[in-house]
Amino acid sequence: MLLIKCPWCGNRDETEFSYGGEAGIKRPLEPTELNDAQWADYLFMRKNSKGKFSEQWNHSLGCRQWFLVQRDTVTYEILNSCRFDQVTSKNKDTD
Amino acid sequence: MQKNRIHKGGQINRDKSLRFTFNGKTYEGYEGDTLASAMIANGIRIVGRSFKYHRPRGIIGSGAEEPNAIFQIGKGATTEAAIKATQIELYDGLIATNEKGWPGLSLDIGIVNDFFSKLFGAGFYYKTFMYPAKLWKFYEYFLRRMAGLGRAPKEKDPDKYSHQNTHCDVLVVGAGPAGIMSAITAAKSGAKVIIADEKAKFGGSLLSSNDEINNMPATDWAASQQAVLEQFPNVTCLKRSTVFGYYDYNFLTICERCTDHIANPEPNQIRQRLWRVRAKRVVLAQGAFERPLVFANNDRPGVMLASAVSDYVNRFAVLPGKDVVLFTNNDSVYATAVDLKDAGAKSILIVDCRSDNESDLIKKMKSIGIECRFNAVVTDVIGKNTVKGVEIADYDYQSNVHSQSKTNRNCDLLVCSGGWSPAVHLHSQSGGKNKWNKENHCFVPSKIKQASASVGSCNGTWSLSECLKEGIACAQVFLSELDFEIVDCDAPETKEVELNPIMPLWRVKDECDPEFSPKQFIDYQNDTTVSDVYLAVREGYTGIEHVKRYTALGFGTDQGKLGNINGMAILAEALNKPIEKIGTTTFRPAYTPVCFGVCAGEDIEALFEPSRKTALHNFHTNINAPFELVGQWLRPWYFPKNNEDIHDAVKRECLATRNSLGIMDASTLGKIDVRGKDAVTFLERIYTHDISKMPIGRCSYGLMLGEDGMIKDDGVIARLDGDHFYLTTTTGGAASVMSWLEQWLQTEWPELDVYLTSLTDHLSTIALAGPNSRRVLQKVGIKDINPEDLAFMSSRKTYLSGIEIDLFRVSFSGELAFEINVDSNFAMHIWRILMEAGKEFDITPYGTETMHVLRAEKGFIIVGQDTDGSVTPIDAGLGWLLSKEKDFIGKRSLLRDDSSRENRKQLIGLYSVDGISVIPEGAQLIKGKADSGPTAMCGHVSSSYYSPILDHPIALALLESGRNRYNEKLLAVSSDGNEIEVSVTKPFFYDPKGTRQNVE
Repeated sequence: MLLIKCPWCGNRDETEFSYGGEAGIKRPLEPTELNDAQWADYLFMRKNSKGKFSEQWNHSLGCRQWFLVQRDTVTYEILNSCRFDQVTSKNKDTD
Repeated sequence: MQKNRIHKGGQINRDKSLRFTFNGKTYEGYEGDTLASAMIANGIRIVGRSFKYHRPRGIIGSGAEEPNAIFQIGKGATTEAAIKATQIELYDGLIATNEKGWPGLSLDIGIVNDFFSKLFGAGFYYKTFMYPAKLWKFYEYFLRRMAGLGRAPKEKDPDKYSHQNTHCDVLVVGAGPAGIMSAITAAKSGAKVIIADEKAKFGGSLLSSNDEINNMPATDWAASQQAVLEQFPNVTCLKRSTVFGYYDYNFLTICERCTDHIANPEPNQIRQRLWRVRAKRVVLAQGAFERPLVFANNDRPGVMLASAVSDYVNRFAVLPGKDVVLFTNNDSVYATAVDLKDAGAKSILIVDCRSDNESDLIKKMKSIGIECRFNAVVTDVIGKNTVKGVEIADYDYQSNVHSQSKTNRNCDLLVCSGGWSPAVHLHSQSGGKNKWNKENHCFVPSKIKQASASVGSCNGTWSLSECLKEGIACAQVFLSELDFEIVDCDAPETKEVELNPIMPLWRVKDECDPEFSPKQFIDYQNDTTVSDVYLAVREGYTGIEHVKRYTALGFGTDQGKLGNINGMAILAEALNKPIEKIGTTTFRPAYTPVCFGVCAGEDIEALFEPSRKTALHNFHTNINAPFELVGQWLRPWYFPKNNEDIHDAVKRECLATRNSLGIMDASTLGKIDVRGKDAVTFLERIYTHDISKMPIGRCSYGLMLGEDGMIKDDGVIARLDGDHFYLTTTTGGAASVMSWLEQWLQTEWPELDVYLTSLTDHLSTIALAGPNSRRVLQKVGIKDINPEDLAFMSSRKTYLSGIEIDLFRVSFSGELAFEINVDSNFAMHIWRILMEAGKEFDITPYGTETMHVLRAEKGFIIVGQDTDGSVTPIDAGLGWLLSKEKDFIGKRSLLRDDSSRENRKQLIGLYSVDGISVIPEGAQLIKGKADSGPTAMCGHVSSSYYSPILDHPIALALLESGRNRYNEKLLAVSSDGNEIEVSVTKPFFYDPKGTRQNVE
């Protein structure tokens, strides 16, 4: 069972959290200007990376805050977790 | 009579004799025995029949590796299957039944499988019962009767189980010499320590050893160290506790068996406890498993592991045989030979495949009169039901062949040792890697993945003094990593003899092809033989994981603890590859079987899932309303009067509401308070209709879509102030909608100033519906609710009996209706006032069933019943709710071609043509006759009821191109094949113009 660091509450068991999928998927500002393929890409296409992966988690049975986690999908190691307003350029690079 | 009991010694209490039964016959043993040791004491040799060939089997081991002595224990509700006799402590009245063998153990009809065994190679069942396919049902009936081990009780488990969550600095797995030293070192420095061992006493291998530590017998030393550990306030000593799982981030699970060894536990005592431990560091000191040797008929009762024999002699004072041959490729049997000699064995012969190197150990053997024969192997076992003798041949280890001339030797016990395999199970479960050690011929832990270390023989360290030192050193490394000040801990003194190196002997090669030679067993529980592995290789299986599945090697309840390494080595031999190229199979939790009861713990029955009750729950129970589970909520289904059934009750409730006044507890609706200066901006993006134009005090029906354009949830949205809104969600969607809204706010639009608060439990909602609903509110003193004061779809704050309420004029029934939101603490008070005032209008409480009928008569959808995640607002006939002027979540998806496809399923109404039949929900709609061959389904019925006010059945359905097919006749076919002719209509049945919600 993973030990996930909530930026507000500290290390907690995985069972307190729910998964929110890949991070960094930005909702297009003008959806109508996208063609169907571009819209489908936003809606459905996800990286499914092997190795370092940036993802969203929600401390759903705790403080209910969403936050960012960097996780290795091979070793399950949680490399880093931070609030959305703490995103640094370093985090963005590894998206 | 315990004919094999030695008259002195052992860690048993001879003053306390215990009775047990095996297959109906009563025997005696002593306190301190395991079931296995008591059986051996009583001379029970055949304990079971093998899985496939039904060969007689005896006890071979003394711990978790035992593959043969597996029994059904107890009877009735507490009976348990597949329990290893070696791991269960004897208690008075223990009932053991063997799980295989019919009609009895000494005569098993299934032994015919052994005579025809050439037919029963690996893959026999796959190959034989494939054809003809239609006969499988017939084969299966017989095969199922033959398969399986034991039976589960049919009764409910009366025992209690518990879960315990905890943290520690150092978790020590196994209380042998290395584990004990680790725990003591860590404890002295003040670390929080948990030490767990599967046995009743600490000591591990020391419990059956004749070594000395600090000039005292090793068993006494172990007992003294256990006492020391138990004195530390910072140490938790768990006995009878198996660490069975090692998961991510040093999360380990331990099963503690609290009462399994007690004949009559106190009522309500916890039977087993599951410890869920998050440890900063883990010391793995589980020891090693001895390997058997592989030779012809090596499964006969009376063939045993050397370590097990020492266990039985030293710990339990039982002598499994008097004339003994010990067969080995390493030094382990030498200590066992001495133990046997001391215990009074008549004749002892050691057969060692290695040469005599005239070491001290060998000299000692000779000096005490133990015969040794070097450069020799045991080639076969004489005796069908039990060991009567062995065949011995000279052996040349360089060419790995033995001579054809054999000598026979009579014996009743054949002790063998093929070397040791470290118990790398937990290390491997944690993600650690293993490497092949060419000196000791075993897999040892190499790379760790988590904060753990293996010490002692579980790390491939055989010498006692080294094990003790490793335990201390490992703890010291962990302590310094964890910033503890290390208190020195000296290694105890030991006396040891130098050990000679092991020589690999994976199987005694027969003269002929493995397939034609007598059976050489690798995995006893699954009857996997050397010839099965060779057959698998010949049929193209070369990977160990494939060979495992084809031959069932390592599949038993012992999970290959006895036979797996031999199997891998023999596969290596068959493939002519080095063993390190074969690798191991995957080690997965659980290390030993764990019962379902302890996994469930307290989370059963009423505690399985929380159930939510509204503030008005007592009213519903007082008049015996049956409940329906919606999400976790208990909602009253209907309110029967005078033994009414559901149909009569719902009919009465519907008519009372339509004709006068109904009242419903709608408190389970999800309620969300939305505030903040960007509330309008936020809700514009969430809802499909225009929010900014809503005047204060106005309510509207609102739809939320997923980004895929499909209906996600619906409810009422009320504008309470400029930047203050109140939303309702469906009962089932409350939590997920709240979390979804938070996700958008926090992850996508953190710049918006919006605050969401769930009010679902804080507020109760009472719905009043029917033409007299306004009158009853006026009667209880609420003013200004005439149509001109409180229009349809508007709300305001007011007071009832001095209590502040939010009054909404909304309707889910099509009638004039109001919803009252009130602090849940006052809900029952308000409900009673309304019930009292409503008497003159025959106020009628109604439940969820009537609510469903009333809304279906009006064609109002229930999200999740009439929609299924593939229904757009346009499909549901709610296209009028889609704003053209703004973007909202899901809008872009509705512009896809597929969303405007002609033949999409659309919401329509159905009548049954005969005017009587209620169409089953879920029935499929087809055109034409059902029996005219395969027919495409063009829709399905989502809601269906008998309508009391219309006095005929009605239904809602999703139908391809539905809105173009009004008046068309179709067939509704339910899963039982029943057909009802239906006619398509618009999805509104009652008051289509909507005049009733505006009655005066």
